[in-house]
Amino acid sequence: MSYNLANLLYLISIVSFILALRFLSNPAHARRGNQIGAAGMVLAIVVTWVRVGSTSWWAIAIAMLIGGGFGAVAARKVQMTAMPQMVALFNGVGGGAAALIALAELHKVLPPPGAPTADISLGIGLSALIGAISFAGSMVAFAKLQELIGGRPITYAGQQFVNGAIFITALICSIALVAGVQDEWLLWVTILASLAFGVLFVLPIGGADMPVVISLLNAFTGVAVALGGFELENNLLIVAGMLVGASGTLLTLMMARAMNRSVANVLFGAFGQVSEAAAAVAAGDGGTVRSATAEDVAVMLAYAHKVVFVPGYGLAVAQAQHDVRQLADLLEAKGVEVSYAIHPVAGRMPGHMNVLLAEANVPYPQLKEMDEANPEFSRTDVAMVVGANDVVNPDARNNQSSPIYGMPILNVDDSQTVVVLKRSMNPGFAGIENPLFYNPKTVMLFGDAKASIDQLIADVKNL
Amino acid sequence: MIHNTILVFEVTILVLAIFLGIEVISKVPTLLHTPLMSGTNAIHGVVIVGAMIVLGQPDKSAFTWVVGFAAVVLAAANVVGGFVVTDRMLEMFKSRERPKKPDET
Repeated sequence: MSYNLANLLYLISIVSFILALRFLSNPAHARRGNQIGAAGMVLAIVVTWVRVGSTSWWAIAIAMLIGGGFGAVAARKVQMTAMPQMVALFNGVGGGAAALIALAELHKVLPPPGAPTADISLGIGLSALIGAISFAGSMVAFAKLQELIGGRPITYAGQQFVNGAIFITALICSIALVAGVQDEWLLWVTILASLAFGVLFVLPIGGADMPVVISLLNAFTGVAVALGGFELENNLLIVAGMLVGASGTLLTLMMARAMNRSVANVLFGAFGQVSEAAAAVAAGDGGTVRSATAEDVAVMLAYAHKVVFVPGYGLAVAQAQHDVRQLADLLEAKGVEVSYAIHPVAGRMPGHMNVLLAEANVPYPQLKEMDEANPEFSRTDVAMVVGANDVVNPDARNNQSSPIYGMPILNVDDSQTVVVLKRSMNPGFAGIENPLFYNPKTVMLFGDAKASIDQLIADVKNL
Repeated sequence: MIHNTILVFEVTILVLAIFLGIEVISKVPTLLHTPLMSGTNAIHGVVIVGAMIVLGQPDKSAFTWVVGFAAVVLAAANVVGGFVVTDRMLEMFKSRERPKKPDET
């Protein structure tokens, strides 16, 4: 196949990727869009196969079977609640592939006389740097979300300094490569330092900030792939990679804005260390907590006019989305108006709660975004907080010393009664005290969210 | 200088792609942010094309062979996993127009 024909066919793939993203603007067409994207990908793979397949075709086939088989099985088997870590994992391997390609390309151009052209050395230096950071960072994010390592931030003295030094090392080596210094060890140092930096930079980020991190790492892999397009002089990689890079960056900024924090603060703030002082203050002012039985809550719900569910990560952990939906149906049958208030950063991934509730077949007109939900709370009888914490913490409005001060929250305390379903009185993932629990309007229903909801269903039925 | 011409051309495409990406994505509702992320995740799996080109080179050294093989494995996992996960998510959004009132459980 001629070079020009291949590039024209790649153009069709590019268009199909753009259409895939466009179709995502409407839930009714979104799935079709994804299929169009997949078809474009198949075309790109077939074209490439025809171009290069005469050499080592069997090796390519075996490698694709291994990787594709793993991807298909993992993606099929995974629970909906484990989606964030799956996305992180698939994102990481893409970044890893980009870094490996840089390594192989440098190896190819280096042997004497080897003078890589400007675009190739730019691509090699930077895609190795960014791809390796994305790979290592995504693996740590995966481990955190899968709870292989603790979700809390891990910090130590001088951390910023060490991270900075490692990153600058990687950056200097990669710039030297871009500038045309031809030494393979420079690339090795770039990759190793970037891997170390990726690990160290995600470790101190708390679980609650994962939506921002995952979407940023997604953008990183996109950029690494686009730069890979420079080193291979391939338009398809440049355009497709950069589409992802731009969209991931935009999504990251939107997430950070929803928390009213800068991206830098999310990444380097080591947000969510339990500050000793704050913990002491909270313990000191010792409000009382009212706890209730499921029966009490069932009565409240059944005789309410309007109930708003406020889901958080706890809902995902307990996998209680189907049970919540059942309870909501039961209440609706009794004439209660039910809706769901979704905070933009609830969960571990942008839009996480929407996906979970969609899985449970909650009709999406019932899902209210924050701006739409907040004015409603004043005429709400019962706000049911299911596994959410920081996104309903009134300290974000009132307490200037709170680390989340200024973050827009769901004002559940405007409603008549707040019911908080919670495992225990431990602070949430961000490790911050929540005065909502001490509010006289609030009752706590302790226990696993799924078990509590099931109990509520039984009690509402018996009324 | 001929090679710098290619570089300038590539940078042009890159910058246009940035604006295109922002344009297309800003129309996506919050409701679909997770599938969006997962969908873009699948699209950057296009790195498999690069990995295939590396592994498909004639006369490659053992080093390139191993690295290219690993790159194809990783990229294939990215592509297949990415599209399958996204499809599973979007499948759940499909028939929302239907009036609710599900059969009583």
